[in-house]
Amino acid sequence: MSQLEIKDLHVSIGEKQIVKGLSLTVRSGEVHAIMGPNGTGKSTLAKAVAGHPSYTITSGDVLLDGKSVLPMQPDERARAGLFLAFQYPSEIPGVSIANFLRAAVQARLGEGEELDATGYYKRLYSKMDLLQIDRKFTSRAINDGFSGGEKKRCEILQMAMLEPKFALMDETDSGLDIDALRIVADGVNALRSTNLGVLMITHYQRLLGYIVPDHVHVMWDGRIVKSGDKSLALELEAKGYDWVKNELIPA
Amino acid sequence: MSAPSLTLADPAIGSFTPELFAAHLASVSHLPAWWLDRKREAWARFLALPLPKRTDESWRFATLTGLKLDGYTLPPAVTPAGLGHAPIGIAKAGKLVFANNRLVAQEPISAELTKQGVIFETLQHALLKHGDLVKAHLLAQPPKQGSEKFSALHTALLADGAFVYLPKGVEIALPLAVFHYAAGAGAAVFPHTLVIAEPGTKATVVDFFRSAGDGAHFACGRNDLYASHGAALTYVAAQNWSRATLSFQSNSTVARRDARVLALNLHLGGRQSRHESHSQLQAPGAHSEMLALTVAHGTQEFDQRTLQIHQAPHTSSNLLYKNALLGSAKTIFSGLIVVDPDAQKTDAYQSNRNLMLSDDAEANSLPGLEIQANDVRCTHGATSSRIDAEQEFYLQARGIPKADADELLTFGFFEEVLSKLDHAPLHDALIGLIKIKFNPPV
Repeated sequence: MSQLEIKDLHVSIGEKQIVKGLSLTVRSGEVHAIMGPNGTGKSTLAKAVAGHPSYTITSGDVLLDGKSVLPMQPDERARAGLFLAFQYPSEIPGVSIANFLRAAVQARLGEGEELDATGYYKRLYSKMDLLQIDRKFTSRAINDGFSGGEKKRCEILQMAMLEPKFALMDETDSGLDIDALRIVADGVNALRSTNLGVLMITHYQRLLGYIVPDHVHVMWDGRIVKSGDKSLALELEAKGYDWVKNELIPA
Repeated sequence: MSAPSLTLADPAIGSFTPELFAAHLASVSHLPAWWLDRKREAWARFLALPLPKRTDESWRFATLTGLKLDGYTLPPAVTPAGLGHAPIGIAKAGKLVFANNRLVAQEPISAELTKQGVIFETLQHALLKHGDLVKAHLLAQPPKQGSEKFSALHTALLADGAFVYLPKGVEIALPLAVFHYAAGAGAAVFPHTLVIAEPGTKATVVDFFRSAGDGAHFACGRNDLYASHGAALTYVAAQNWSRATLSFQSNSTVARRDARVLALNLHLGGRQSRHESHSQLQAPGAHSEMLALTVAHGTQEFDQRTLQIHQAPHTSSNLLYKNALLGSAKTIFSGLIVVDPDAQKTDAYQSNRNLMLSDDAEANSLPGLEIQANDVRCTHGATSSRIDAEQEFYLQARGIPKADADELLTFGFFEEVLSKLDHAPLHDALIGLIKIKFNPPV
């Protein structure tokens, strides 16, 4: 049983404070959703936890099983068990998905330990089948010329291969048509287990119809202003963000 | 007390004295008279031409003080065992290994190819057996990019090299490989590869330039490609001289009607390396793909000059030169697209991309166009960039350490060039050579 604990986190980009004291705990097996309008700091939260160098954590802490990840480089955080599914995954011409994933799997092996290539490809192909991804996909360059749906499926494939303890999913539904959304959601649901905690960031309730969360948090101006169960998402959908603005924010 | 007598060497000839030339000429006296005459003429040109000067536009940005010609010698013969020859691990249709200007090992082409009329032999053999064929093509394209003096030296001192002749319609699937070694302190070598592709042929020729040991060598080479009607020729040169080597290499490509030539130069070795390449598109449908990859480390200098000359309508050329710079290395790219007045519908592209992996490295770019026709499409561009921070973060966010992420991104940068090779084992062999440069064996 693992635990990701975000404690009174303050994040800024340059001089601008974006996340202003956010606390949240996700345990293995739980799916949390953070909802909020654009510009409220949701993506900043995800990137800061993953260790993006452009974001400065000015105070607070992020603990993975009680240990702060803040002194760690982004790659160390990833190997410790954090996974960020990007809203806008980078396109990297010339680096094939097969080589990239092999490097990522290799990085998790101990000193002098050799990757079992046969086992690696067997596992990769089974995950690809699960996500309905064509085998030819692996020889393509990372996200290079991918459709929105292919990019998001590629993110989920990486998540499936790397088996993180906690996945931060940043607007995974953005840019997807309904068929692609269903495939991606099915993939995430297939990965849901008692070993995985998920923090889903989304603007719309739509995704939550496919990936049903255990907890829903409403974020506004860098803070969580209301938490509840899945019914909160429906309430938010019905009443709109004006409701948050007018009734949930202390004057 | 008398002053000690001093003989000051002439810096314009350095080690390459008349005595050295006379000794060389004596060693090749069995070759045809026309060739010996051409060597003598070239020797006179070498003596008459000055070293590059600061004011020479064609040597702009180059470190001229590095071009000293003394300290070299025509090296003695070596045995193949002394070369530490590292196999490249690809199946070949034939192999020639030269060391110190002499053939030292050979894997002949199959009897079947020989029966079809393919020639894959030494230049000396060809001069003696196929004199007219050689005479029509050997050094037929005069240099025009600044290295006239060194080209003259090459002609004067060229002892032997590779001769490839593809008779009409012959296709060879596997590459023909040529290795050129320099061995021993101060060895001066003059590698040469001449490829003549008759109509409708298809083949791949690969030159590997290597040093045995880490001595200071002098390499002054030429490779000339002639692609007749509809020929599809792939040429790869992998330059991996010792880090103390001064290298001049000049390439010419002639593409006739509907011929397609792809030339890829991989530059890894040398202290200071000058590479000149000029493509002539001589008839409609001709296409030249000019590719280069350079990994510049430490204090290495790579100076690349290119010419794309469109002499006929409906011709195309595509140049992509990519450099990765580390340490305090320096690269120079100077390219020119020339479109003759009647070469309408020319489609020419020229691009130089530099990946700066160090703040102390220096990349110089001089792209250029000279267009005399009015209905053409010509574009050029030069960029220098660092590792993309978002791409680096993306890879790191998957657990890949920064150094490994940067290496993946650097090889991704190279792949745009390497992926143009449609021969997978050769592609992988070149990646292998680049990997050794990034992670030298301890």
